[in-house]
Amino acid sequence: MNWVNVAVQGILLGGLYALFAIGLALVFGVMRLVNLAHGDLGILAAFIALGFVRSGVGLPVAALLSILIMVGVGYVLQRGLLNFTLGTDDTRPIVVTFGLAIIIQNALLLKFSADEQGLNAGGLETSSIHVSKQVALGVYPLLVFILAVVLIAGVQLLLNRTKMGRAFRATSDDREAAELMGMNNRHIYALAMALSLGTVAIGGIALAVRTTFDPTAGSFNLIYAFEAVIMGGMGSLWGTLLGGVILGLAQTLGAQAFGSGWGILCGNVVFLIVLAFRPSGFFARTVTA
Amino acid sequence: MSFLELQDVSVFYGDFQALFTVSLSVEEGQTFAVIGANGAGKSTMLRTIAGLLRPRSGQILFEGEPIDHVSAHKRVGMGISMVPEGRRVFASLTVNENLQVGAYGGRKGDWTIESVYELFPLLKPLAKRQAASLSGGEQQALAIGRALMSNPRLVLLDEVSLGLAPVVIKRIYEVMVELPARGTTILVVEQDVQHVLTVADHVACFLEGRISLQGEPSELKSDEITAAYFGM
Repeated sequence: MNWVNVAVQGILLGGLYALFAIGLALVFGVMRLVNLAHGDLGILAAFIALGFVRSGVGLPVAALLSILIMVGVGYVLQRGLLNFTLGTDDTRPIVVTFGLAIIIQNALLLKFSADEQGLNAGGLETSSIHVSKQVALGVYPLLVFILAVVLIAGVQLLLNRTKMGRAFRATSDDREAAELMGMNNRHIYALAMALSLGTVAIGGIALAVRTTFDPTAGSFNLIYAFEAVIMGGMGSLWGTLLGGVILGLAQTLGAQAFGSGWGILCGNVVFLIVLAFRPSGFFARTVTA
Repeated sequence: MSFLELQDVSVFYGDFQALFTVSLSVEEGQTFAVIGANGAGKSTMLRTIAGLLRPRSGQILFEGEPIDHVSAHKRVGMGISMVPEGRRVFASLTVNENLQVGAYGGRKGDWTIESVYELFPLLKPLAKRQAASLSGGEQQALAIGRALMSNPRLVLLDEVSLGLAPVVIKRIYEVMVELPARGTTILVVEQDVQHVLTVADHVACFLEGRISLQGEPSELKSDEITAAYFGM
């Protein structure tokens, strides 16, 4: 029964990874931008929330403020910097966002030191529901998983049903043709990045409540997010959740089988196996005219 | 004052000059045809009018106002809409969504998804299909319908009949007569010279980045056109 417990934990952990992965998949889908600062931007959001909490604001308000700030940061960052890196050379945004990641990590080190930090959710993070005698569900991981499902459904609905979502998809299909329809690509890209950083802020804060974090935590979560996106298949948000769940399962089951140090390695090995046999992921959706 | 006027427009791709001080005027309600061999600069001119390329010198006037500083996405709102070469429909979007996107930055007006389906009845049963799954002719009809959704006053058509089934080409040529009757001006680039001369009010022939001949189709003799087309 212990294995069932561990598997349930792994599945729920996948929800957290999916929260980090949604925004990464979104900006790659809309503008083919690989954002290497994505994980660090999520951790930045956690530190912003921490800053508000320290100044006496309650956690829910602090989280909301942090998310709104990151939405604004996303828009400004895209229009003021990242738009200029897009174009013929795919490596430019990678180099620039890599630099950005280093800047964010070091700025956080300066301001908050390398100490482990935590966000306290008032006991929510440690309470659990007993499904049966042996199987217990953590309330907080369950909430995070539900949040991931709701967020994916919301973003998917936005992409499918709204004018903005159609603009994202049209721009992704053919940037120049979209411009001929009256779309300002620079604005569309900035909206996509704003949405992306809004979602990764949620991920960063969710992570910070779940476990301790420090200024370097972003890089790990960037890798997990990449693995989730690639296993799920580019262009599919639900696939991203599946990728997150596979990764979470591999990590927790691996840790259970071989000892706690082996979990992360097992996750990466499973990722490599998926990459070898399904290089385009489980739900890849690419369309060419 | 002409509806659309190009004054000494020169366009470059890097060091390569594609248009040499091209001047022409298009009147409102006209079907203005641009013919010429491959690489003569026809598409370059359309892309410059749409705002995708900027002239290095000269200017473009739309209803007497210079529009060179206006970016492509804003020209749609002024009533300039382009059907690009190769159709360029949004492949992952449905037919309906393509038309919805066509109205994104456009003007208010009479065109709706329904009226586009009346213009091209072949599209209606395909409404929920992904544009990628359409035939070339269906995609071209969709590309024209999508351009009309912005309620344009000037439609730029680039190579609209290239490689399509004759039945679709026939319908597109009918539309090229119906649109000016509704007051929409058409500037069309075509390879099929004989065919386009049957619908055009005015024709300009491009040769190596310059206009080698222009006038009303009835005034031009076919050997004149051949000479202007091939530069002989």
